[in-house]
Amino acid sequence: MRIADRVRSVPESGIRKFFELAEERDDVISLGVGEPDFSAPWAARTAAIDSLERGRTSYTSNLGKRELREYIAEDVSRWGLEYSPDEEILVTTGASEAVDLALRAFVNPGDTVAVHEPSYISYVPGVRFAGGEPLGVATYAEDDFVLTVESLQKSGAADADVLILCYPNNPTGAVMNERELSAVADFCVDNDILVIADEIYAALTYGREHVSIATLPGMRERTIVINGFSKAFAMTGLRLGYAMGPPAGIDAMNRVHQYTMLSAPTTAQFAAIEALRSCGDAVEEMRSAYNRRRRFVLSRFSEMGLDCFEARGAFYAFPEPGGDDEAFAEDLLESQGVAVVPGSVFGEGGRGHLRVSYATGMRDLKEAMNRMETFLTDR
Amino acid sequence: MAAKRELLDVLSTDARESVDDLARQLDVDPETVEQLIAELEAEGVIHGYQAVIDWDSINDSHVSAFVELNVELDRETGYEEIADRIVKFPTVQSLRLVSGDYDFAIEVTGESMQSVSRFISEQIAPIPEVTQTVTHFIMDTYKDGGMEFGDRDRDDRLSVSP
Ligand SMILES: Cc1ncc(COP(=O)(O)O)c(C=O)c1O
Repeated sequence: MRIADRVRSVPESGIRKFFELAEERDDVISLGVGEPDFSAPWAARTAAIDSLERGRTSYTSNLGKRELREYIAEDVSRWGLEYSPDEEILVTTGASEAVDLALRAFVNPGDTVAVHEPSYISYVPGVRFAGGEPLGVATYAEDDFVLTVESLQKSGAADADVLILCYPNNPTGAVMNERELSAVADFCVDNDILVIADEIYAALTYGREHVSIATLPGMRERTIVINGFSKAFAMTGLRLGYAMGPPAGIDAMNRVHQYTMLSAPTTAQFAAIEALRSCGDAVEEMRSAYNRRRRFVLSRFSEMGLDCFEARGAFYAFPEPGGDDEAFAEDLLESQGVAVVPGSVFGEGGRGHLRVSYATGMRDLKEAMNRMETFLTDR
Repeated sequence: MAAKRELLDVLSTDARESVDDLARQLDVDPETVEQLIAELEAEGVIHGYQAVIDWDSINDSHVSAFVELNVELDRETGYEEIADRIVKFPTVQSLRLVSGDYDFAIEVTGESMQSVSRFISEQIAPIPEVTQTVTHFIMDTYKDGGMEFGDRDRDDRLSVSP
């Protein structure tokens, strides 16, 4: 069949291969999962069921239900983000759609989009689908995978039109503090760069509060903040996210959204309203559980002599066994039945590392750590 | 103090966590965990460690009942005195003073409905302050100690995902 060049140019994701290897056996403990092991809070699920029982199955307004946008506006104010529910918030089908809309709304053919690496695997393909040119900007283990101005400069990002920024980060678990973000913000203001800030893990930080780049001087007018319900509320399958930004930006994204999606899933919007209304405690419980697992995993890595910086966000640790990460991950899966994702899948900067997800129950996590220790000793 | 609270959170869901694993999860050293547990035990915060058992899943005779108990207090006898008498029976699993239509909620277990009924009529009802008992035999248990007894949650996530 005739396939467009734009699509042909994007290779299959490296995650696919590990998925297939892991699926071949049934004794695998997977630390390769990029979503919560919890289910959505029960109150949110019942709200969805209720809405179905009441027959609320029509489209909503393009921007999403007004009540939901109001709850979102209220919720994000805890990070100092102020957006008007009327024209500055767009509810989307997952953060995924929001990222895609932003790229299509702000990238002209041939525009350069800077993407720090290692990063979530959808950004580079998304840039290509939008006709842009991705520009990799390395982040380094010795900087705890924080994005630095030196690295932006060195890679030529001063000429970029757009920067995709993702902290807390998938796959490293890195977070950025206000001082570190300020440097990046100044760089973006100086070089007139628009920022797409994917903050889907904002609610999952440990020991410090999330800082949004949009709150820094000169940034609100050039930033689209993306967040969603998948991670914090364990609602991945309900497919609901949102984008926030100045009216002109949200209007541009909505122009694509209204023709390609009409509106985000209605049932999920009902669940999300309830999630924001009453499920704060459930989120806090999940966050505490992740934090205990995070400490557990980091402490086990240090006992095994596996190098790992202290990841303070999301639910990933990013240890560095050194050598060929892909071979390491394959051998580990083959000999011990533990699945992790090789860091190089997330871009050059991830080479030599592994993404270890601790969105897994404590019992499995303990067993997986024991198996990894055995693997390292036998090697 | 935060560590103490978090220690209780973990132990209340899994009391079999080893000291080393607790230390790793709370980011303190094992000696600290041991000391915190010793303190919590000495302070009477932690009274013991029990398994959560679905008795219906084994073929053994085990009957439980919730009993509502009404009492009449007088000048010499308060709730405490009555409770002191009732808690001594090994058959009594839990005893709570509650608000609402009755005074005490008791959980009792026995080998058969007869033995439980007999216990209530011979040991509890005759206590002078007790004015009324209502016994509810437990027919099925769906959740206990915070644990659901139904089908274990299946993990239907993809084994590797972005
Ligand atoms: C950084 C990041 N952004 C976006 C997404 C997609 O989120 P959603 O389920 O809201 O589409 C993920 C999911 O793994 C992610 O890790």
